[in-house]
Amino acid sequence: MSDLRELYQQLILDHNKNPRNFRVLDPADRFAEGYNPLCGDKVEVYLQLQGNRIKDIGFQGSGCAISKASASLMTETIKGKTLGETETHFKDFQAMLTDPSSNLDLDQMGKLFVFAGVRDYPTRIKCATLSWHALRAAINNVQTPITTER
Amino acid sequence: MNSPLDILTLQPPEAAVRPALPFDVRRVRADFPILGQQVQGQPLVYLDNGATAQKPRAVIDALSHYYTDQNANVHRGVHHLSQIATDVYEAARRKVATFINAASDREIIFVRGTTEGINLIAQTFGREQIGEGDEIIITEMEHHSNIVPWWMLCREKGAKLRVIPMNDRGELCMDTYQTLFSQHTKLVSIVHISNVLGTVNPVEEIVQIAHAHGVPVHIDGAQAVPHQRVDVRALGCEFYTFSGHKMFAPTGIGVLYGCETYLDTMPPYQGGGSMIQSVDFDNITYGNTPNKFEAGTPNIAGSIGLGAAIDYLNSIDFDGAAKYETNLLEYAHDALRDVPDLKLIGTAERKVGVLSFTLSDIHPHDVGTILDQAGVAVRAGHHCAQPIMKHYDIPAATRASLAFYNTREDIDALVSGLHSVRKIFG
Repeated sequence: MSDLRELYQQLILDHNKNPRNFRVLDPADRFAEGYNPLCGDKVEVYLQLQGNRIKDIGFQGSGCAISKASASLMTETIKGKTLGETETHFKDFQAMLTDPSSNLDLDQMGKLFVFAGVRDYPTRIKCATLSWHALRAAINNVQTPITTER
Repeated sequence: MNSPLDILTLQPPEAAVRPALPFDVRRVRADFPILGQQVQGQPLVYLDNGATAQKPRAVIDALSHYYTDQNANVHRGVHHLSQIATDVYEAARRKVATFINAASDREIIFVRGTTEGINLIAQTFGREQIGEGDEIIITEMEHHSNIVPWWMLCREKGAKLRVIPMNDRGELCMDTYQTLFSQHTKLVSIVHISNVLGTVNPVEEIVQIAHAHGVPVHIDGAQAVPHQRVDVRALGCEFYTFSGHKMFAPTGIGVLYGCETYLDTMPPYQGGGSMIQSVDFDNITYGNTPNKFEAGTPNIAGSIGLGAAIDYLNSIDFDGAAKYETNLLEYAHDALRDVPDLKLIGTAERKVGVLSFTLSDIHPHDVGTILDQAGVAVRAGHHCAQPIMKHYDIPAATRASLAFYNTREDIDALVSGLHSVRKIFG
């Protein structure tokens, strides 16, 4: 069960139970939906921008503990960040989960490092990255819902 | 060195005539090599049989034997191997016909699986017989494979789906069913046993009522054939579809049973080799049933594997296996009811070994991952039956689905895994 504790860390369980920024932003400058058709996980991401900066962010949706906690911690991480910084976070997060050789700056990852254990559960990686893909779609003003499958 | 004749006689069908010993789960488990393996350092507890069943040694050996000793294309060539391949392919068709008590092996069409079987009916019978304003009756508990092909046909033709609702136990509302018929009803297409709820639908009664209205019936038997004997003539349905892989045969092979009088008047499915009588650029004549529905080189090995699975089921006292499974289901129901905050989805009076449930507000994916660490394989998600999820207002469910090789120890491992889930999620 030690492996499972690596996956379901207290921080993840906490954000699953009490997700932060779990709300609709109205009005929102940007909005996008993400969908995992294989499991039915759904996430909606709302953004308010101030110039190049994410002034506020909210999300809604339903999914497993990993996807919900990931969305919650994502909103905490990128609130107030510039779009450039957000893109760096996205890339680092994805590299942490999918590229074993990635040389990440752990301090830079901050709380997001709590998801490093997901790498050992290939079936769950898309749960963790769904909200990040939706965030990117919102930033890029993608109108149609994005999915984890091609 | 075997002579070609020996190769023919080395076939396993003799197994079918050997009187079956009374069902014994320990002996049967030894027939399934994969059940001996460890997952995550724990003995495998395979409870995802609704998705696909494991294969007995006899099926694996039949595939190996075919490719080692018999491989050639069928219905072509005059050479030895082609004749052998054709014989074993057609022998498999006869085994299927006997297995489901079809009147003739001409009524057995080999397809990829239940999904292709249903699409075949929609694309042939459906496209010819169903037009604007017509109606197709399905149920609220269909797998997507018995919704989407009809929905696509309705879109194309301007026809409509009428849906038999179900109650909260997961049983069809038969009173409503009676009221759904109109002069426009052209087909009833219903699931025999629900892949999520385990409900055994009253298909005999459903067929009788449809016939009273002069409407033909298709039954999706994907989840029925692994659990009980099916007699298509007793059911009286015009069409019956099922997949090999859910009944211990390989993937990629399935069966569409069609009543001969229907098949003979239906247009072909795909065009190509094997399904024609003659071809020139001005005129093409199609072959007869079943060939006209089997264009191209079929899944020969798959059909032989399916035949071997049928022989295997006949050799183990399949009726005894079904009884054993019913007992195991009762044990599993009682065991799951003792897990706090667990809610069973599907509590029909007549059901088979399918146990879908929610556990508090813990998402099924998390349940599935944690169970996997205990070596317990279950399915988590919407099970390709989103209307059922909608009925119970849940995004997803966890499903443990049984086969006759499962044991009480398997159920105990599931329950103990569920206690671990609750512990982690506090």
